[in-house]
Amino acid sequence: MSHALAHGNEHEAHGPEQGKGVIGFIKRWLFTTNHKDIGTLYLWLAMFSFFVAGGMALVIRAELFQPGHRFVDPNFFNQMTTMHGLIMLFGVVMPAFTGMANWQIPMMIGAPDMALPRLNNWSFWILPFAFALLGSTLFQSGGGPNFGWTMYAPLSTKFAPPSTDFMIFAIHMMGISSIMGSINIIATILNMRAPGMTLMKMPVFVWSWLVTAFLLIAIMPVLAGAVTMMLADRHFGTSFFEAAGGGDPILFQHIFWFFGHPEVYVLVLPAFGVISEVIPTFSRKPIFGYHFMVYAIISIAVLSFIVWVHHMFTTGVPLGAELFFMYTTMLIAVPTGIKVFNWVATMFKGAMTFETPMLFAVAFVFLFTIGGFTGLMLALVPADYQYQDTYFVVGHFHYVLVPGVIFSLMAATYYWLPKWTGHMYNECLGKWHFWLSVISVNIAFFPMHFLGLAGMPRRIPDYALQFTNFNMISSIGAFIFGFSQLLFLYNVVATVRKGKKVDGRVWEGSHGLEWTLSSPPPYHSFVTPPDIL
Amino acid sequence: MLNKFNLCKMTVLLSALLSAPLALAATDNWQMNMYKGVTPLSKEIYDLHMIAMAICGVIGVIVFGVMFYSLFHHRKSKGYQAATFHMNTRLEIMWTIIPFLILIGLAFPATKVLMRMEDSTDADVTIKVVGYQWKWQYQYLDQGISFFSNLATPYSQIQNRQPKGPWYLLEVDKPLVLPINKKIRFIVTSNDVIHSWWVPELGVKRDAIPGFMHEAWARIDTAGTYRGQCAELCGINHGFMPIVVQAVSEEEFAVWVSQQQQVVDIYAASKVGAPTPKTMTRAELMHMGKEKYNALCSACHQVNGKGIPPLYPALKNSSVAVGNPISRHITMILNGVPGSAMQPYKDQLSDEEIAAITTYERNAWGNNTDDEIQPGEVATVRQNEIQSPTIVKKAQAGGFR
Amino acid sequence: MAVKNHVKLVTTLVIMVLGMFAFGFALVPIYNTLCKTLGINGKTNATAIAYDATHAKISKNRDVWVEFVATNNGGVPWAFYPKTKKLKVHPGEMATLAFYAENKTNHRMTVQAIPSVTPGIAAKYLKKTECFCFTQQTLGGHEAMDMPLLFHLDTNLPTNVKTITLAYTLFDVTDRVTH
Repeated sequence: MSHALAHGNEHEAHGPEQGKGVIGFIKRWLFTTNHKDIGTLYLWLAMFSFFVAGGMALVIRAELFQPGHRFVDPNFFNQMTTMHGLIMLFGVVMPAFTGMANWQIPMMIGAPDMALPRLNNWSFWILPFAFALLGSTLFQSGGGPNFGWTMYAPLSTKFAPPSTDFMIFAIHMMGISSIMGSINIIATILNMRAPGMTLMKMPVFVWSWLVTAFLLIAIMPVLAGAVTMMLADRHFGTSFFEAAGGGDPILFQHIFWFFGHPEVYVLVLPAFGVISEVIPTFSRKPIFGYHFMVYAIISIAVLSFIVWVHHMFTTGVPLGAELFFMYTTMLIAVPTGIKVFNWVATMFKGAMTFETPMLFAVAFVFLFTIGGFTGLMLALVPADYQYQDTYFVVGHFHYVLVPGVIFSLMAATYYWLPKWTGHMYNECLGKWHFWLSVISVNIAFFPMHFLGLAGMPRRIPDYALQFTNFNMISSIGAFIFGFSQLLFLYNVVATVRKGKKVDGRVWEGSHGLEWTLSSPPPYHSFVTPPDIL
Repeated sequence: MLNKFNLCKMTVLLSALLSAPLALAATDNWQMNMYKGVTPLSKEIYDLHMIAMAICGVIGVIVFGVMFYSLFHHRKSKGYQAATFHMNTRLEIMWTIIPFLILIGLAFPATKVLMRMEDSTDADVTIKVVGYQWKWQYQYLDQGISFFSNLATPYSQIQNRQPKGPWYLLEVDKPLVLPINKKIRFIVTSNDVIHSWWVPELGVKRDAIPGFMHEAWARIDTAGTYRGQCAELCGINHGFMPIVVQAVSEEEFAVWVSQQQQVVDIYAASKVGAPTPKTMTRAELMHMGKEKYNALCSACHQVNGKGIPPLYPALKNSSVAVGNPISRHITMILNGVPGSAMQPYKDQLSDEEIAAITTYERNAWGNNTDDEIQPGEVATVRQNEIQSPTIVKKAQAGGFR
Repeated sequence: MAVKNHVKLVTTLVIMVLGMFAFGFALVPIYNTLCKTLGINGKTNATAIAYDATHAKISKNRDVWVEFVATNNGGVPWAFYPKTKKLKVHPGEMATLAFYAENKTNHRMTVQAIPSVTPGIAAKYLKKTECFCFTQQTLGGHEAMDMPLLFHLDTNLPTNVKTITLAYTLFDVTDRVTH
């Protein structure tokens, strides 16, 4: 295994090419084609966006702490809910997982770098401009987009502020970045695995990104189509989503959700991959049912294309459609369930230790599954009539996204940060971060299920008195959660700068090619392909 | 996890203390479950919801039970030695098939209820529901009744200047009155953007889509008042367009119907034959005008009259509110501005209210025109609008769709 | 190492791209055909369907109520309502009624009526022979008109459908008039 550390005769190991001073610093980060640097860039963008969108969430929860108009007017509130959604999905989760992919995939498959390093650089550098454009909409006259991240027409076409066009361009840019990144990932995984690493020997995380990349290539053009049609309806006299010209607002919903549903699996499949790496390491047992885990990921991805109408059950789609999509949506619970059972079976009869990554991973299995249960309830059409567009849905997706996806990102960060930096993070601070987060996340989001069942709709800045108690509880939880993330930021920054030195293996139970490299790994990971056992 | 539970209890106590000064609503402030409701559909939906929760609960207990057992016993700190197994195909197949069978079991009742929901034949009463930004219009197609239903909560309660009433944000000026024990068919559409008509206790939710009509039905078995809200983001006042259904006995319903103003054609419901207009003092005009403006207009045009340009123009220093002719200003409120978010208010506001709003807008925020508009002037503008039409045989040809 | 010849690969890829572009254009007629044959487009006919009175098959022993509803979208300042609110028809039999439309403003306006049928499955069985919804309609200021509607229900209408609501929404298309 230590063959990998041998410096090839043709290529001397070196660090990043960074010139002197500020210009040198800027040039290094602007022009880098190294997968580690680009991974770092993606992760910092995600971290920054996390606090921006998190701040917006706190504005929302502050306004919802009590009934009555308190801090922000309804129009700004709607802008906050819209931007919170857009930035969390496109600015936090997707770049963060792309950053994880960039850092980890070449190391996990024994490759020196990604297949298309310059494309990699460009994929990243589109993003800061896209987000600057998106953020600028809040300061334009008429305000930022205020129609929810789901952008239903005609609220988002005929009745939307002028800044909508800039939001559309920002989305185009983000889409291009994702598509290019996905092409890069597929090319890397299919072409640059070390000899002997068959597809069925790849780590589950790599599999999850292979599938996710195909999903992204399939759906991002659909989103681009939908927002382009929005733009055309707004400015070029078309009526895609307007009945007056022969169009249909529901067409927008179909196109959007055809993108939107696989999109949420884009968000969660890499999370599944991360958890499938962390749990075996800290259970000191291989992942249970590797083959079934891979098949489950593939089935989830395939099924995700035929469930989109479950977001539209109350729009008056025909009975046949409602039945079909109810059945397919219920069906997707089966492969997801298989994965949960396999994680539990990995833990079962392992010898577990509970360092911070494992804490987040265990919380993921528990809390994501709760989100999955509410998802199954939402799949039942008649019941969905009472849940749709209420806080029950908000509770559902925040459970799968926050203690689901975000926790997996934190698990991944704590798990791999020592490898990337060569320093161990502060375990005590990590545990504090975990416990504060896991407790507050439940205080913030569990009451939302009650609110939805009691009749509170979504996306309202003010509510009837009987919803006050659970809203207050939720807001308190949200604020605790928000501020706890500062511990995470501090820990990450501190670890990058200094900390107890770690060896290549870092964790006692770790297996995989990345742990055969030094910590931090050499600038070009594997200059000669490693031997696969 | 014990920590979590205690902390949760503490937080709950703390917030209960905090919420003490708030007015106690006459309902459950801690409602945690769905309404059982008062229609056969709402009850079936409730049962389906409970079955689904129970199944999820049982699966959760089993899976998490195993997990927590592992977490406690299979620890390195307890000296446990890790096993090496990493697959069992038979187990995998088992826990694929068993959930699949459970899902089939769940799909049967769900399908049954869904098919019943879609069957709105043989209705006794048909109500056309039109969603507007930001109010509902109800039209009783067979009885010839049409009216708007607006939020009735005073603006000062929303602005925290007055204590909030028990039905804060869930009260309207004219509720939808329906008879019990009759099948009611709702046909729902929208005037502008997508809204959604939702009354949880009736088990009815239907999206209101502009240009399209969709139906839903309910049979209310208990008299009472049932409240709901708009359930699709529709703009600024999405949270301020509630629904109130008053279910009464058949006899009371018949009496109510006879008392309503019949409209000549419910599709052009305009107030015909206005009563003799009264004269209002400047103070009365400004007071009512400010109240109505804040309640109805300020959402878009803002309390300070500055609007949110370009979509919602400023009224402060605007040529409409400051310039002449005043009839242009009145017409804009009566007829709205077609193709924009400014809706016509002629069916909704009386001559006095429009006179008051116009007076306020022309004098507030430094506009200071000193104009006082009397209800009679508004009536005149309305009358001028009413002109006998010329009947033509054929519309001038327009383009093809 | 000799540079591999990529001409064949590039040619294949370019052909694929052009093919996908063509497929995008072909999607329009493909969708139209599929939706019509499978009957899933949920819309009524947008062009006239001829009615053959001599060979018409009429289900005389079956009654269906057809309700007519009108809505003005976006506050269109027209009076617009059906002169007949409800008709009892036999499937296969031609029915006639009129919608009153009056332009209440001083200026010429063009509107488009968009039909919507509920329950949705009935849409493809409602066949219009003459409808004001087939074209945009223009009326001068303070002009009014009785706009005719001729239709029949196909005898294949599912037997569990007993009431159909035909709703028209009137949209102001004055600034989108195609000449």
